Amino acid sequence: MRDHSATVLDVANLKTVFNTRDGEVHAVNGVSFYLKPGELLGIVGESGSGKSVTMMSLLKLLPMPPAEIREGQIEFDGRDLRNVSDDDLRRIRGGEIGFVFQDPMTSLNPVFTVGFQLVEPLRLHMGLSKAEARKRAAELLELVGIPDAASRLKDYPHQFSGGMRQRVMIAIALACDPKVLIADEPTTALDVTIQAQILELVKELRQKLGMAIIWITHDLGVIAEIADRVAVMYAGQIVEHAEVKELFANPQHPYTRALLETLPRMGEARAARLPSIDGQPPNLDHAPTHCEFAPRCKHAFTRCRKENPKRFEVNPAHDVACFLAQSGGSTDA
Amino acid sequence: MLNFTLRRLMFTIPTLLLISFIIFLILDLAPNDPTGNLPLTIPPEVRAQIRTSLGLDEPMYWRYLLWCKQFFINEPLNLLNQWFGWCIGDCENRLRVTSFLTRSPVVDLIAERMPQTLWVVGMSYVVGVLIALPIGVISAYKQYSWFDQFGTLIAMIGFSVPTFFTGVLMIVIFSVMIPQDSMFWLPSIYDTTLKVVDWPSFVQQMRQMAMPVMVLALFNAAHISRFMRASMLDNLSQDYVRTARAKGLKEKTVLLVHVLRNSMIPVVTVIALGIPQVFGGAIITEQIFKVNGLGQLLIIGIQNSDIPLVQTLTFLFAVLIVIFNLVADVLYGLLDPRIRYD
Repeated sequence: MRDHSATVLDVANLKTVFNTRDGEVHAVNGVSFYLKPGELLGIVGESGSGKSVTMMSLLKLLPMPPAEIREGQIEFDGRDLRNVSDDDLRRIRGGEIGFVFQDPMTSLNPVFTVGFQLVEPLRLHMGLSKAEARKRAAELLELVGIPDAASRLKDYPHQFSGGMRQRVMIAIALACDPKVLIADEPTTALDVTIQAQILELVKELRQKLGMAIIWITHDLGVIAEIADRVAVMYAGQIVEHAEVKELFANPQHPYTRALLETLPRMGEARAARLPSIDGQPPNLDHAPTHCEFAPRCKHAFTRCRKENPKRFEVNPAHDVACFLAQSGGSTDA
Repeated sequence: MLNFTLRRLMFTIPTLLLISFIIFLILDLAPNDPTGNLPLTIPPEVRAQIRTSLGLDEPMYWRYLLWCKQFFINEPLNLLNQWFGWCIGDCENRLRVTSFLTRSPVVDLIAERMPQTLWVVGMSYVVGVLIALPIGVISAYKQYSWFDQFGTLIAMIGFSVPTFFTGVLMIVIFSVMIPQDSMFWLPSIYDTTLKVVDWPSFVQQMRQMAMPVMVLALFNAAHISRFMRASMLDNLSQDYVRTARAKGLKEKTVLLVHVLRNSMIPVVTVIALGIPQVFGGAIITEQIFKVNGLGQLLIIGIQNSDIPLVQTLTFLFAVLIVIFNLVADVLYGLLDPRIRYD
C-alpha cells in the first residue's frame, strides 16, 4: 500500500494525549498516513476528531504540557521529526513545512506590518538581506494575488479583509519554498465566494510550485474539488482512507457513508430538516477499546463493541477500519 | 494624531478649570479654621483681624477668582521674570499665591521640595517598573512554575502589606539591628542638605535613598508585575503566537518581539497613569523616612488649614493626572496600529 522511498512525510501510529486536571484526553489515537511529493491529501472529520491536533503534533506546535506525543514515528524527508533537535525543528517549521491556520483574523500579529511578518521567515531560513527579503516578500504577495503588493507590505493586518489576510497567511507559509504545506481549515472562517477564490489560488499554486499539501477540512465538497486522496478521521483515528474518486463512489465505513448522506444534493426535493448523524462524538477520556463509532452506528454488532478495528485494505487504493466491511457484510463474527 | 492631541489639549482647559473650582469648593466647605493652630491666648478680635488680613471675609467666588488670577496670570509672569528676566507689567508688587502658614509663595515652596520627591519617589517608580516587567514576562511564560509562585507571593506581600509596615520593618533591620559601622547599615533619616559633588557624597545619597526607594519599589513592582503577567498570559494563547512558532522563529523572538509588543500596550497605559502619583509623593513613606518632599508639604498644609497651599498642590496633581491621561492615550495610539484618532 505504501512505497516508502517515494514519500515526503510518513506518519505511523501517532498518539497524542492532553494531560488535563480532569484526567487524560486522548486526542490522537494511533494515526498513520503518508504523503507523496506533490500530492494533495485531504483530511476530513467533524470538530474534535483530532485533525488539527494530529498536524500540530507533527511540528510540536501544541503547548507541551499539557499535550504529550506518547507514541509514533514521524518521518519527514528522511528525518525522524520526533527526535530532531530544537534548532533543526525550527529550520523545518516555516522552512520546509509551511502552515496555514484556520482563522486569518487572529493568526497574524496585529501590531506588525504584513511586510515585517513576511520578511521574518525569509531572513531566518533563506538568509536573505533586508532588501532581497522585501523584494521576495512583494513577489510572494503578488503570487497569492494581492494587488499593488509592494505598497501593501507597509500595511497592518487590520487593513486587509479576511480573504486577503488568508492570502497573506498562505504567502507566509509558502515563503521559503516548503516541501509540504499543511492547511488547517484555511477556508472555514471565510465566506463562500472567498472560499472559492482561495481554493482556486491553492490549485494554481500547487501547479506552479509543486509542493505536497495536507488539507484539513470538514467540508466534503472542498475535498471532492481539490484532493487526490482522502483520510476520514473519527475520534482521533483514521477510519477510512482512499483515493478521492474511490471514496465518493465506494464508501465502506458507516461513518463515511453517513457523512456523505448528510450532504444536501442539488436537484433533489429539499428536506424539511437537513439530515444529520444521530448521537454525539465520543468522550475521549480513554484510549479506544472498541470501535468508537459503534454507539452511533446502525450496523454495529457484538464485535464492534469489544474490539477496536484495525485498518484493512479493501483494494490497493482504499483501506477502512470497520469489522462490517472486513467481514463482507456478515455480522456473525 | 497631532490633531487629536491638540483637540484633547483644548478640552483639558475647561476640565481643569472645573476641577480647580471643585477643589476650592471642598476646601471652603471644610469646617477648619486657619487660625485654629494659633495659641489660645490670642483674643477673638485679633483672630478676626488675622482672618480679615488673610482675605477670608471676602465672598467665596471672589476668593476663587483672585486665586485664579494669581495662579494663572501672576505666577506664570513671575516665572518668566525669574527664568528669562522678562518683566511684563508691574513685576515688583505682583501678588503671588502665598502660603497662610509660612507667608512665602507657594510655588517657591513646591520648587524647594520637588527634587527630593522626584529623586526618591521617581527612582522607586523606575526601579519598580524595571523589576516588574521581567518578573511579569517570566511569570507568564513559566506559568505555575516555582518562579511564578514565588513572584505571586512577593506581589501579594508588596500589594497588601502597607508601606508604614514595610518602612518601619526596614528601619528596624537596616538602621537598628545592623551595626552602624557595617557596610549594610542604612540611614533612616533623609538628609536634604546633602549635595552630590563627588563619589563619597554620591554613595551617601544612594544609601539614604535606598530604604524609601526599596519600600516604594516593592509596592509599585507588585502592582505592575501583575498587570504585565496578565497581559502576557492573554497574548501567549493567541493564534498569532502559534503562527510565529510555525514560521520557525526562536522562542526568544516569539516572546520578546511578538508577544511582548502586544502585551506592553495595556501595561504602558498603566505605567503612564501611575506617573502623577510620583509627583504626588508617597505621603506615608516620606513621613517615615523624613523625606521633606511634596507629600509631606501637603500634610503640613492640610494640618494648618493652609488653603492656598493645599489648593495649589491639589490642583497641580490634577493637572498632572489630566496630562498623563492624555499621554497614555497618545502612547496607546502609537503602540497599537489598530487605533487611529482621526
